[in-house]
Amino acid sequence: MYNEKVMEHFTNPRNVGEIKDADAVGESGNFKCGDTMTVYLKVKDDVITDIKFKTFGCGAAIACSSVLTEMAKGKTLDEALAITNKDVAEQLGGLPPIKMHCSNLSAEALHDAINKYRQKSLAQQEQSR
Amino acid sequence: MKNRLVYMDHAATSPLREEALEAMLPYLKEHFGNPSSLHTPGREARKAVNEAREKVARALNAEPEEIYFTSGGTESNNIALWGTVKKSPGRGHIITSAIEHHAVLDVCKDIEKSGYRVTFLPVDRYGLVSVEDVAAAIAPDTVLISIMMANNEVGTIQPIQEIGALARERGIVFHTDAVQAVGQIPVDVKKLKVDLLSLSAHKFNGPKGVGALYVRRGSALTPIFRGGGQERKLRPGTENVAGIVGMARALELAVEELPEKTRLLQEMRDRLIRELTAMEAVTLNGHPTRRLPGNVNVSFHYIEGESLLLSLDLQGVAASSGSACTSGSLDPSHVLLAMGLDHQTAHGSLRLSLGRGNSHEDVDYLLSVLPPIVKRLREMSPAYHRHQ
Repeated sequence: MYNEKVMEHFTNPRNVGEIKDADAVGESGNFKCGDTMTVYLKVKDDVITDIKFKTFGCGAAIACSSVLTEMAKGKTLDEALAITNKDVAEQLGGLPPIKMHCSNLSAEALHDAINKYRQKSLAQQEQSR
Repeated sequence: MKNRLVYMDHAATSPLREEALEAMLPYLKEHFGNPSSLHTPGREARKAVNEAREKVARALNAEPEEIYFTSGGTESNNIALWGTVKKSPGRGHIITSAIEHHAVLDVCKDIEKSGYRVTFLPVDRYGLVSVEDVAAAIAPDTVLISIMMANNEVGTIQPIQEIGALARERGIVFHTDAVQAVGQIPVDVKKLKVDLLSLSAHKFNGPKGVGALYVRRGSALTPIFRGGGQERKLRPGTENVAGIVGMARALELAVEELPEKTRLLQEMRDRLIRELTAMEAVTLNGHPTRRLPGNVNVSFHYIEGESLLLSLDLQGVAASSGSACTSGSLDPSHVLLAMGLDHQTAHGSLRLSLGRGNSHEDVDYLLSVLPPIVKRLREMSPAYHRHQ
């Protein structure tokens, strides 16, 4: 059902875990199937320097989470925000049609983390003004 | 330990046993005749079908003329349900349960669309239908009750004999989908007081694509297929001779070996249930005692079933899950939800269905590979993290 790349990411997922002193934590939940993902970011000079994830979900959800962290690491926040669900699925060489919704989980968690980071930065800037 | 295959998905399908294959081969080779033909090859095939009918009847304590061969459980269910409803066209009422296999559930939904009323009875937390609920649901125009004998996911065995007695007393046709029960537990149609019973060969080490419908003498059905006169017009179409012969041989042996097989399966089942539920955050789904001898169904909280299945498969273990991610739809198993499980618990369900060929070594192997998989997936799970 899954291609080799998906299975490889499922078997050896990259960047699993938490970052204790993360600059931002993003979450997403798949309302429909019940899968959830949490993503942790370290950001320096607008660049994602470290990223980790935790996911409760199927093989596709775990593989998407893993490949997403690879895609986002080293990118600027703007570049990372431009990563779409489709990009994640394509990076994995495709997903079975019924599993396409699983890719939403990962991009959404990343976008949530970036948005939270920016809100926090904005609030800090306003405080220091 | 690599390349080991531990097959624990016998409720999905079971391997064809050697004796059944041996019995089938002549009918795939030299004895290829059509049972409806008058010539010698035809008569040989007819004889084989007749003998198979006698064997299947004997296994169920039925009469040979009460056995109709079909293509399997789904077809038997469709013929039984529609065949009963079409006898009294227009309006009427049928009673079934919320945990039926889709081969009953979806047929009932179609019947509902045709103008019938359908009561989908709830089940308790163990997956049991209550006889009192059945009695209370009976209306003056109830023409049919259809309750499965044993559930395919959680293995709960229903009070068929009691429901049968009730239906008989009220003069209502009673059908049971016994696909998971035949060959696994004793099935005596007279004792159970059923009018219609569906079975499928590949669940008891027979071939795929063949099954039977028991129709109690005197309870005529309106055929849903039209064609030749085979199976006394109830299931027209040239008989699957080899399949029928293989099924009869497999069933004959399954019934013969039942006491011994049951003892071993129950032993392995109970050991698995004991060991798995002793793990952290693992709960049993289904009834503790009223369950099929080979059925284990547990939920591993904080992890998702499909990841578990993929990981087990990589270790050579074949199992199944009621998780939404494996259902082909976005909802977890309707059976687990009907039993009151929340979505997350249903998501982490694992079904191990044991059968002929499984051994205590298989159980040992499963118990050695499973805990590290569960640990790894939980370490990855934000749900587990929050729980700690």
